[in-house]
Amino acid sequence: MRNSFPLWKNLLILGVLLWAFIYALPNFFGEDPSVQLSPVRSAKVDDTVRQQVEELLQGQGLKPQKVELSDKRLLIRFADTDAQLKAADAIEKAMGTNYTVALNLAPATPGWLRAIGAQPMYLGLDLRGGVHFMMQVDMEAAIKQREERYAEDVRTLLRENKLRYRSVDRQNGTIRAQFDDTATLAQAQSVLGREFRGLLIDTDESQNVLLATLSEVEKREVQKFAVGQNITTLRNRVNELGVAEPVIQQQGTDRIVVQLPGVQDTARAKEILGATATLEFRLVDTEHSVPSSADSRVPLTAQLYRDRAGQPILLQRKIIVTGDQVVDAASGMDQQSGTPAVFVTLNSIGAKRMADTSAVNIGKPMAVVFIENKSETKEVNGKKVTTRKKVEEVINVATIRDRLTKRFQITGLDTADEARNLALLLRAGALAAPVDIVEERTVGPSLGKENIDQGVRSFVIGFAAIIVIMLVYYKVFGLIAAFTLIFNVALILAILSLLQATLTLPGIAGITLTIGMAVDANVLIYERIKEELRNGNSPQSAIYAGFERAFSTIFDSNITTLLAAVMLFGIGSGPVKGFAVTLTIGILTSMFTAVMCTRMMVNWVYGQRRAAKLWI
Amino acid sequence: MAETITRNYKIDFLGKRTIAVGLSVILSLAAIVSLFVRGLNFAIDFTGGTVVEATYDNPPDLNAIRLQLETAGFHGPTAQHFGTARTVLIRLPPEANADGGPAKDGTAKDPVAEDLGLAQNDLKSRVSAALNTDPAFKATITRVEFVGPQVGDDLTESSILALVLATIGILVYVAWRFEYRFSLGAILATLHDIVMIFGIFSFFQLDFDLSVLAAILAVMGYSLNDTIVVFDRIRENFRKYRRGEVIDIMNLSINETLSRTLMTSFLTFVTVLAMAIWGGEIIHNFAIALIIGIVVGTYSSIYVASALALRLGVSRADLLLPEKEGAVDTRP
Repeated sequence: MRNSFPLWKNLLILGVLLWAFIYALPNFFGEDPSVQLSPVRSAKVDDTVRQQVEELLQGQGLKPQKVELSDKRLLIRFADTDAQLKAADAIEKAMGTNYTVALNLAPATPGWLRAIGAQPMYLGLDLRGGVHFMMQVDMEAAIKQREERYAEDVRTLLRENKLRYRSVDRQNGTIRAQFDDTATLAQAQSVLGREFRGLLIDTDESQNVLLATLSEVEKREVQKFAVGQNITTLRNRVNELGVAEPVIQQQGTDRIVVQLPGVQDTARAKEILGATATLEFRLVDTEHSVPSSADSRVPLTAQLYRDRAGQPILLQRKIIVTGDQVVDAASGMDQQSGTPAVFVTLNSIGAKRMADTSAVNIGKPMAVVFIENKSETKEVNGKKVTTRKKVEEVINVATIRDRLTKRFQITGLDTADEARNLALLLRAGALAAPVDIVEERTVGPSLGKENIDQGVRSFVIGFAAIIVIMLVYYKVFGLIAAFTLIFNVALILAILSLLQATLTLPGIAGITLTIGMAVDANVLIYERIKEELRNGNSPQSAIYAGFERAFSTIFDSNITTLLAAVMLFGIGSGPVKGFAVTLTIGILTSMFTAVMCTRMMVNWVYGQRRAAKLWI
Repeated sequence: MAETITRNYKIDFLGKRTIAVGLSVILSLAAIVSLFVRGLNFAIDFTGGTVVEATYDNPPDLNAIRLQLETAGFHGPTAQHFGTARTVLIRLPPEANADGGPAKDGTAKDPVAEDLGLAQNDLKSRVSAALNTDPAFKATITRVEFVGPQVGDDLTESSILALVLATIGILVYVAWRFEYRFSLGAILATLHDIVMIFGIFSFFQLDFDLSVLAAILAVMGYSLNDTIVVFDRIRENFRKYRRGEVIDIMNLSINETLSRTLMTSFLTFVTVLAMAIWGGEIIHNFAIALIIGIVVGTYSSIYVASALALRLGVSRADLLLPEKEGAVDTRP
């Protein structure tokens, strides 16, 4: 008999292996030290900026390897970190106001690989260095805020409907409204029930009391909103830090993970993340002209601001509405004109003040001021000094067209992008709910490098040892097993790269361990073949039986490890999750390589011969 | 037939099962006693707290470091060498973060004050300042990890859940593929391995962190892997040899799979050993847990699992039911 695969099977296996090698390849090209330039708010990165940067670098005598313009950022690659640091300094000085400049290690993947979507794995913080924060969103506070807002809205609605109440207050998660008689109570119940779907309304007629609590759906909604809003705000702030490839994601129901690769200064990172910002809506002072020079006097009732282009603008001192009265802001299209617009929702206090002010100021311009409280820590004479800085900026001026109410829209924005940005800033004023840092991990860059080296070294040594043992023990079949293991590693790397999974130190350990376990399949098959030979079977039928019979064992034994790996994925956070991922992928790929690839090669070597002696 | 089988194998593993099981029971009890008496040395992943890794120019004095930290207002710091004499690992228990970490009582909710408080009391800067009070020993902080107590509690909870779920999952799978007595034997053998790891980590007070838990779950899968290979062969031999004592067939199966069991364990052992020696301090305990698991797991799949299945009264009839599977077994 002969052992051989049909042609299509061979081609399929070879195709998979070729694919694996190509997609594993990007991981071996290393990284270029580079500088990343990204725009702040409304600034843009385009070919003119690129030219500007190129000229600037030329002036400094710095030669970048490559300047790449890709979605909204400019990546300037250098041959060494020295040039990178000098260039970052120069660019920061020249263009720092409108752009954030960040140091980055950009993968040096060749263009043809990038063109087919082949990218290297993403290195975890334990391998590249950086800061990891886990923040807990204070959900109780978020729900309390929402309850307070509802209490307020209940009062307003009752007033609007001319329903007399004695008191409306909030206690232990319940909004309690006291009425004089049952008739009003019943009316209030129907009005509130109609208007506020998110409230569960109950009444106690003996005391003329209405009790409203947030429904579970509403509570979930509040939590989702709080986390989502906080993520948006944090992302906005992280962008300001100028970190290349930050990770900001939700973990569980109420936690947010922020990872800042390359950042070492945790104090500064916390300053930026913890920065508080607020908004003010003010009328533009149209009675006085903008002072032409610095020494001109600003009228007492007005205050001088600058807009984002740096132009001075005079605003009235009186604040109409502040940012904490903004409930929501969303960008969209104005239905009448079809132009981009931002829809703002105010709470009832804000709505009343806005209505009163706008009613008597129709046709006049109103401005939105963005105020950020930043703190900066600088080292002065060896001591750390923290200074607080207030940054105020007019982000929008619009003409009041009508009496504005609880919900109004700002139109006249140029692009949908601008509308989105404005909505973001209006929302991003403050965090929707307070956050606590519940976990913080900092890994220095040198430690990261060391971790990679140690991880790779232990992997290579373990791998080499296995190959030597297999060669000595199983001879030709050992050689085949060695190839199989190499294919297996290539497949694991390719899949991890394709999934853009994060490689961590335990992840590397997972790959190393997988190699030890993957070779088990080969051992099972080979031992079986040996046994069949001892039982007096011919080489060909021994090979056949070896593969056929070992398969169910291989399958059974791998399933259990897979089970454990999946459990691990469930509990794991960060690095350990990396271990679970590599272990899972490794088990799956090893089933393919050990069974299919080994058999294909064994077939090639021994499949065609009649009575060959097996070198096993 | 029975005679030929007995002559076929060399080592009478199950004949020594009383000794083996006895040894396992004693060691397991010792491990459990150690767990109760000494407990586990949980790392901050589970307890919350802070770990700081610092590298010095010259090998520093650990007591001096403790003193420096206490002077700076940290409570109960511990310091130990980490890998090299110049690298020091400092541990601060959770209470020490009371003024450096976030406010837990929920009173300080003024965002500005809180944010600035966070930044100014930045742990890394404070520890760095404390360590660098002696100019003769310059310290660079290479790693800081702070875990809040709540996070640790959550992790402990989900870890226990994962261990339980993995156990149940394996129990169900083996019961489905083989038979419930095999399943119990396999799971007891696996739990035996885990108890050993816990015991050794407890006895030597090795750091028990999340990666060690990961290793334990991996060992569960791995140790079972070995056991299943043996069981697979037992099932096959039950179908092959229609006669013969149950114990003989089991012994034969263990002998037949012995070279594979040893070879695989040896190979996995080699990779894990490489990890323990060259993988660096961070995954050292992870590798140690795996080494224990592989050694004990190999022993238990040879001696414990089958002995338990035998003790539970496995018989040939239990495995002969699925006739269809037997039909697949025909030779080419």
